[in-house]
Amino acid sequence: MEAENARLRAEVEALRARLRALEAAGASADAPRQQPDGSSCTAAAAAGAAAPAAAGARPSRAPPAGFVSPHGLTKPQAERYSRQLLLPAFGPAAQARLCAASALIVGCGGLGAPAALYLAAAGIGRLGLADHDAVEISNLHRQIIHSEARAGAHKAASAAAAVAALNSSVALDVHTEGLTPANAADLVRRYDLVIDASDNAPTRYLLSDAAAATGTPLVSAAAVGTDGQLTVYCLGEDGPCYRCLFPEPPAPGNCARCADAGVLGPVPGVMGVLQALEAVKILAGVGKPLSRQLLLFDALSGRFTTIKLRARAPDCAACGGGGGAAAAGDAAGGTGAQAEGPAGGACCSGRGSGSDARAPRGRMRPEDVAAFDYAAFTGQAAHDGAPPPLRVLPPDQRLAAAELRDRLAAAGLGGGDDRDGAANGASSSGSGGSGDSGGAAGCVLIDVRPTAQFGVMSLPGAVNLPFDSPERFRERHVASVLALASCGAGCAALAAGAAARDGGASGYGGAASATGSSGAAGAAPRGAAARAAAEQAAAEQQRPVYVVCRRGNHSQLAVQELRAAGLREVFDLAGGMEAWAAEVDPAMPVL
Amino acid sequence: MRVRVLYFARSREVAGAPEEALDLPPGATTSSLLDDLRSRHPGLAGVLTSCVVAVNHEYVAAGEAAELREGDEVAIIPPLSGG
Ligand SMILES: [Zn+2]
Repeated sequence: MEAENARLRAEVEALRARLRALEAAGASADAPRQQPDGSSCTAAAAAGAAAPAAAGARPSRAPPAGFVSPHGLTKPQAERYSRQLLLPAFGPAAQARLCAASALIVGCGGLGAPAALYLAAAGIGRLGLADHDAVEISNLHRQIIHSEARAGAHKAASAAAAVAALNSSVALDVHTEGLTPANAADLVRRYDLVIDASDNAPTRYLLSDAAAATGTPLVSAAAVGTDGQLTVYCLGEDGPCYRCLFPEPPAPGNCARCADAGVLGPVPGVMGVLQALEAVKILAGVGKPLSRQLLLFDALSGRFTTIKLRARAPDCAACGGGGGAAAAGDAAGGTGAQAEGPAGGACCSGRGSGSDARAPRGRMRPEDVAAFDYAAFTGQAAHDGAPPPLRVLPPDQRLAAAELRDRLAAAGLGGGDDRDGAANGASSSGSGGSGDSGGAAGCVLIDVRPTAQFGVMSLPGAVNLPFDSPERFRERHVASVLALASCGAGCAALAAGAAARDGGASGYGGAASATGSSGAAGAAPRGAAARAAAEQAAAEQQRPVYVVCRRGNHSQLAVQELRAAGLREVFDLAGGMEAWAAEVDPAMPVL
Repeated sequence: MRVRVLYFARSREVAGAPEEALDLPPGATTSSLLDDLRSRHPGLAGVLTSCVVAVNHEYVAAGEAAELREGDEVAIIPPLSGG
């Protein structure tokens, strides 16, 4: 007991002496901070030896030439990523591979925002950020990498600013030109991995083809509404590409975009974070990537489902066949990162970051990607902006916003001092309000936007008859408009309108199927009947009809249908509700 | 026999429900089921030209007529493109 006490006292004394010496050397400030942080971690403990180097301005005690861990991590890296280094499933070797790896994120929106932030935070070495778009306020509910202050800036530049603020050690490439067939393969080739965070079908095909043509793994996710999907393409020997699963593009009408269909903010957030996770796994060489697995997320039920996918399709237009080229690609590519590689080298130099080591996985080559017409293939433009304005109607069948305002006011719809009150009344009371003013006024105002958009804001008195296609509009809505137009001002049009809409639609459908089944013999009478009906409609029209939509494209097509059905006094709002908001009512929200 | 059809994304909007149970004649296959679905929900025809079909969480190729069994779960998964 006595001897034990003496030994401990001696140890305490020795420690005190050492502490005094350290204090004299001026290094004491660093010691207490390191203890709680990382003394149990070998990397951090080793880093302690180099502490004066980081503290700086200690000329009296020259630090070692710079701490480098056996895995090639520097002191700042070891400290910064210590919580990942402590993780047995990750550790310093995986971290070193991640720090030496690069990824290209295509799309800095709802998916790209969290993907970029988490990849940067986790310590990826180099990040490419590609997006041609500018930040809009309506992006900010989900694209959390941007900010109000950066509205109007290039998304790629805005994302880079946020990433730089989060982790200044990440090398950044900003690609504000976005991804094009001409630059895709060259761009993709410069990175170890690509993340598809785009928002449209043509870019998804383009990026997958470029990944297949360069042998680059592709972490792909998508989110619309309350649904999310994620899988990894072009990975390893048997990993499929996007075309293996979807050789035919979806019909444009079946391809909802967030701008039109809406999206709940955290949904792309969840999917983008998962993309970052898959990228980290592949680049660091840990875990099992979601190759040949499709992860589905249903936000409303909170359920994740995984579907086992097919292997690469031998007849795939992009990655199928190819023989030697495919084999070469796989030899160069591998599934990534089993070998630790030399310190500082990391996995990805092993899987061919020297660009020429990679090769096409199949029959599509970089030059084929550049030559392919993705807009024609998918029937959509890659840019998420407004569709090009249609010029279908002659100018005398179109009204400027101010002209429509005056006509509506003269007919007793909206306008005047109580315009705002009326607008509020109409939007809060929904379809009831619209039916009422649609009947009582001296004109008929038809809004052909989707019901969800109409529900958010609409002009007072407007009747919502959504336009999907000319055929559907003809079948479902033309009879209703004719009934409303032939009904004079002041008639009990609420009932008439509703009856026309319900009865008219089904009656029209019945007639169409009856004549349709009568074959060629029925064609002439049907044409004659249609002409007669049109003449009757023209004669009966009591009220002018005005048609509005979001931008003034669908409204023109709807007016065409109505004129074909016989109406003469029917006009559309040039520029749609966007023009109305810009020129007539700045208080009206633009969706 | 009875199978459950699960609709995802756009197919759910067109079908108007997240899932439905269908009674199929014996010998029904994925391809005969898809024909049924097209006639039950005409709007689905356009969706089915580009989608993943999975039986019990496993991919079935587009042209394939995989035989269905009592209690099978058939998922219709169109691609999402938003982000
Ligand atoms: Zn393929």
